[in-house]
Amino acid sequence: MKPDNKRTGASVAMRQVVKAFGENVVLNKLDLDVDPGEVVVIIGPSGSGKTTILRVIMTLERIDEGTIEIDGRHLYHEQKNGVLTPASEKHIRSVRSDISMVFQHFNLFPHMSARENVMLAPMKVKGMTEDEADVQAQELLNKVGLGDKLDHRPSELSGGQKQRVAIARSLAMEPKVMLFDEVTSALDPELVGEVLTVLRELAASGEMTMMMVTHEMGFASEMADRVLMFDRGQILEQGPPDKLFKDPDHERTKTFLRAVLSH
Amino acid sequence: MTRWDWDYAWEITPGLIQGMLTTILATLLGITVAVILGLFLAIGRRSDRKWISYPLAWIIEFIRSTPLLIQLFFLFYALPLITFIPEPIRFLSPLTALVVGLGVHYACYCSEAYRAGINSVDKGQWEASTSLNLKMTTTWRSVILPQAIPRALPPLGNYFVGMFKDAPQGSAITVAGVLFVARALQSADFRTVEPYTIAGILFLIVSIPAAIFVRSLERRTFYET
Ligand SMILES: Nc1ncnc2c1ncn2[C@@H]1O[C@H](COP(=O)(O)OP(=O)(O)OP(=O)(O)O)[C@@H](O)[C@H]1O
Ligand SMILES: [Mg+2]
Repeated sequence: MKPDNKRTGASVAMRQVVKAFGENVVLNKLDLDVDPGEVVVIIGPSGSGKTTILRVIMTLERIDEGTIEIDGRHLYHEQKNGVLTPASEKHIRSVRSDISMVFQHFNLFPHMSARENVMLAPMKVKGMTEDEADVQAQELLNKVGLGDKLDHRPSELSGGQKQRVAIARSLAMEPKVMLFDEVTSALDPELVGEVLTVLRELAASGEMTMMMVTHEMGFASEMADRVLMFDRGQILEQGPPDKLFKDPDHERTKTFLRAVLSH
Repeated sequence: MTRWDWDYAWEITPGLIQGMLTTILATLLGITVAVILGLFLAIGRRSDRKWISYPLAWIIEFIRSTPLLIQLFFLFYALPLITFIPEPIRFLSPLTALVVGLGVHYACYCSEAYRAGINSVDKGQWEASTSLNLKMTTTWRSVILPQAIPRALPPLGNYFVGMFKDAPQGSAITVAGVLFVARALQSADFRTVEPYTIAGILFLIVSIPAAIFVRSLERRTFYET
């Protein structure tokens, strides 16, 4: 990357977003603005809709109402003659190129080596040559500390290593917004640290907007610009980690934090 | 009781081998049609577009629930009567009709094997593909099928052996396969034991190696997620 062209990530603007599964309204007229380069941590009780927020931004679930803008571009809508109409798949794909998601269960491609996992999308989507993609994959895998595992299949890697490959695979697409859904929850405790180290580096670089759902409160208070306490499909309260963790306004937040920290 | 006549047996063997080669040819061409068409049927059945997926599901079910023999009769005897169909499709040669019949019939079974393989691929693979903004065709070609096809290979192998055993039904539409030759010898020379015994031996010679090949497909290891 050219230093004069330093990336800062994209903004995310959600307006009155509704997402329901049948009767179950999971996102209830949600409004949320995230600044370019901001690191936002989302916490909240199980089933409150944390994963769903990330999934509707990643277009893994389609919203029922409202709008989402990435860097000022509508994700699910297109302006046609000044009217907001549902977007074509092509439009969604074009906006989606700014976004990438890392999953709790890695979802690596099991039939490919670490290197091939990282090379696939840049070659197929960005039209990189095999050599370019290979150089980039090696750089990224080095960066996440896996320079010696280039040709290992996922089945030959530990959970922490798999998750770092998954992060490198997302980074290869140079997303402006990265979404992390409990990316350390499926790991053995002794492997959590190595993944958090990588995330810390990404957050500190300020090169991208990061939205993460996590129960790692230590990490959140250290790295987050803002913490969102989510409850029943809405933001219950939000603020800088110092405020939210030490002096929350809502009783529910206190109860939740006590429950999480006590275990 | 007639005795086994070695001279006669040697005399008819080349003709029976010739018939067997035709049967093998029909099977190889038929399985090629079946595995390719079956894959497209399986992918089409998963389409979000209901006007594609619904009719396909119905056609597959229909073909699977009618006997192959009736489908062969239809292709060879009934099709030529349907006058609005263009000539080259209407009048199929016996071998072409057999290959099409076997291919389409088994494609419907193969599509079920693929479907099971595709469904066994973790949902997270689709989601990771979306998160990397892969095109649908790339997702199928580079992510889903490389995992689904190995899992579909054992049943596909069984259909291959099954098709080989069904291919002699082509004799009903005058394909000069091994069974057709045996039957012709029987009515010409009034001998039954030699033609059918040799035909049976020829089947064994081909199907035993084929079965071993199929078993080896089943032992293939799968990718671990
Ligand atoms: N595909 C789906 N179909 C039906 N209901 C769903 C689906 N996905 C999520 N839900 C429901 O939506 C609600 C919110 O789910 P979500 O996964 O967003 O919660 P969460 O806050 O991430 O919880 P957790 O902390 O347990 O991961 C839950 O009640 C869940 O059952
Ligand atoms: Mg969740």
